[in-house]
Amino acid sequence: MVNFGGVGYIRGFMVDERNHLSDVGISHKVNVIDKGTVDIPMLQILQPDGSVHSDADMPEIDKEAALKIFRTMHYIRVLDERMVGAQRQGRISFYLACSGEEASIIGSAAALSDNDMIMSQYREQGALAYRGYRTEQFMNQMFSNKLDPNKGRQMPIHYGDKALNFMTISSPLGTQIPQAAGYAYGQKMAGNEALTICYFGEGAASEGDFHAGLNMASVLNCPVIFFCRNNGYAISTPANEQFSGDGIASRGLGYGIKTIRVDGNDVLAVYLATQKAREIALKEHCPVLIEAMTYRLAAHSTSDDPTGYRSKEEEQKWRVKDPVQRFENWMKSKDWLDEEQHKQFVEQTRQEVLAAMKKAEQVDICEIDDLINDVYDAPPWHLKEQLSELKKHISLYPEAYPKTSGRIRHD
Amino acid sequence: MTKMNMLQAINNALITAMTEDEKVMVFGEDVGHFGGVFRATSNLQHQFGKGRCFNTPLTEQGIIGFANGLASQGSVPVAEIQFGDYIFPAFDQIVNETAKFRYRSGGQFTCGTLTIRTPYGGGIAGGLYHSQSPEAFFAHIPGMKIVIPRNPYQAKGLLLASIRDDNPVLFMEPKRLYRASVGDVPEEDYELPLGKAEVVKKGEHISLLAWGAQVEVIEKAAEMAENDGISCEIIDLRSILPWDAQTVSESVKKTGRLLINHEAPQTGGFASEISATVQERCFLYLESPITRVCGLDTPYPLAHEKEYMPDHLKTYEAIKRCVNF
Repeated sequence: MVNFGGVGYIRGFMVDERNHLSDVGISHKVNVIDKGTVDIPMLQILQPDGSVHSDADMPEIDKEAALKIFRTMHYIRVLDERMVGAQRQGRISFYLACSGEEASIIGSAAALSDNDMIMSQYREQGALAYRGYRTEQFMNQMFSNKLDPNKGRQMPIHYGDKALNFMTISSPLGTQIPQAAGYAYGQKMAGNEALTICYFGEGAASEGDFHAGLNMASVLNCPVIFFCRNNGYAISTPANEQFSGDGIASRGLGYGIKTIRVDGNDVLAVYLATQKAREIALKEHCPVLIEAMTYRLAAHSTSDDPTGYRSKEEEQKWRVKDPVQRFENWMKSKDWLDEEQHKQFVEQTRQEVLAAMKKAEQVDICEIDDLINDVYDAPPWHLKEQLSELKKHISLYPEAYPKTSGRIRHD
Repeated sequence: MTKMNMLQAINNALITAMTEDEKVMVFGEDVGHFGGVFRATSNLQHQFGKGRCFNTPLTEQGIIGFANGLASQGSVPVAEIQFGDYIFPAFDQIVNETAKFRYRSGGQFTCGTLTIRTPYGGGIAGGLYHSQSPEAFFAHIPGMKIVIPRNPYQAKGLLLASIRDDNPVLFMEPKRLYRASVGDVPEEDYELPLGKAEVVKKGEHISLLAWGAQVEVIEKAAEMAENDGISCEIIDLRSILPWDAQTVSESVKKTGRLLINHEAPQTGGFASEISATVQERCFLYLESPITRVCGLDTPYPLAHEKEYMPDHLKTYEAIKRCVNF
């Protein structure tokens, strides 16, 4: 109760039923709610061998759509393999593969409209490729050259492309989660028939931003899909040292958010779950949480070696659930796969990646003037002054700054 | 004496502290079985058990909040924040809690036993979020101590002193030097003083001041200047808060000139505080304006990292400008 001049009222008098205390049932016994009270099953359509569960809901998907998903999966496998190699050769400083999680990432992206905003964590190159990001664009970012629209300012894999509605990636974990709620709220207010999908891992879901973001989205009725890739590891930390509850899905219920748990290695299940989530989010103006149960077959990044924290046997258990192979088996069962054509596609992709890499590493980085652009809408006096001093200095020692010294323009 | 790199020296200090005091506990993201992403906590879990060295969930605000509670109970937490760039979710816990526990309770409760370790700094192709030097943010918080070592010997002695000091300490580790800096480190227990700068090399014409990884940058610049006949006094500040104004002022009174180098952006950087204090204390001794060689006032860039860094060449040029003023 807040009292203003004798008139009392209860804050938030438009009380929603979901937190109305008078709806709480009464018990006269000590009632301890233990884990497992709510059973959250996992949607699975394809069995690990690629055959369909006989009673499964099937998504509507035609050959063309299925082929696009399948090819994107293979495209990403090739890209990941080549770029991990490029990092080992010292051609790029860092890379982060998504092996094992292709179905989660590509299956969900395939269920979206191109108008939907994607806010990714950093392992969603498959979503970007599905949207139409080209090999040369991947390369320009990873080689930090001047053709990268993000101007070479961030580490490799921090993509961002406004034209494709793919928000530029930020390394700090979980920061995109409340942002996604805000972006989605704006989409709703603008009357756009579009939503935001927000990807993150089960590790990032421990950040305060996760809890803030889900609660905000729920209370403010934001059309956002929170897509958690529960891949078992946050760098070296296994999920059982990350949380004790029933995964991430159980938290959705706590925040009053509609929730789906899905087999993240089953691309059809992910596709169907995301389609359903999108339909609900747009129709009912509300968030939906999807927890995709998957496994990071890759290292966290090129900076760590998983043999230091998990066994080969454990990895092997998940290799047999490989999402790409599972989908391939299904494609074959539908007779939708021309193996010769597919081989050609993979080989072509390899050549394309190699050629694009060679090209991108020859392209200059941005001119030094770009160092001070975009800090603000226009560089203030002190940045102009610092740039001018820097240019004089570079001209004095051109051999020490070879990437920019040949292109100094003194104004 | 054993040859150690900085990671080994830090690991050795943690083993020393945990062996001596069973209330010392080490935790953070990936610090348990894996031994930390840089391996600073290697083997600690194996040696001291999961109760005293453990992985936390991935939440910096949680880590420091937990550490504050643990410290206020009387345990001795050494909490790791995986990268200095990721300390900001814990900013509230550090600024409003860690640093103010003692003051607000009239000294009844404190987080004095807490040490927060975090790698910081650039020069490793880390871009915006694996390169920052956030010491100045924390220098604005009364109640914190901030310590930064320049080599393995300093790292062990300063870390042990930080863990045992009865004030919360932010111990910032220059990650560029983790494996690059190798030196003799005693196997036995020793401490180096907090709040004390060290004159690394005596000189006459100008005082050069830095901390952490930038000390070797000013040393390199000083070598170049020596060839021009300029004699440089080199000081490692070691503690950012409280900082050793006396040692710095004495040096400046002798040389008449001061250059401060840090990686963090210039505006609002800790060099600003040092400049203000030194000009108050040494005004009549100054032969030239106090000079700062710092990171630019931009986010930390990747492609232009070399150009952004306050390197030895920029420092050398600034030394000459200062001496020829």
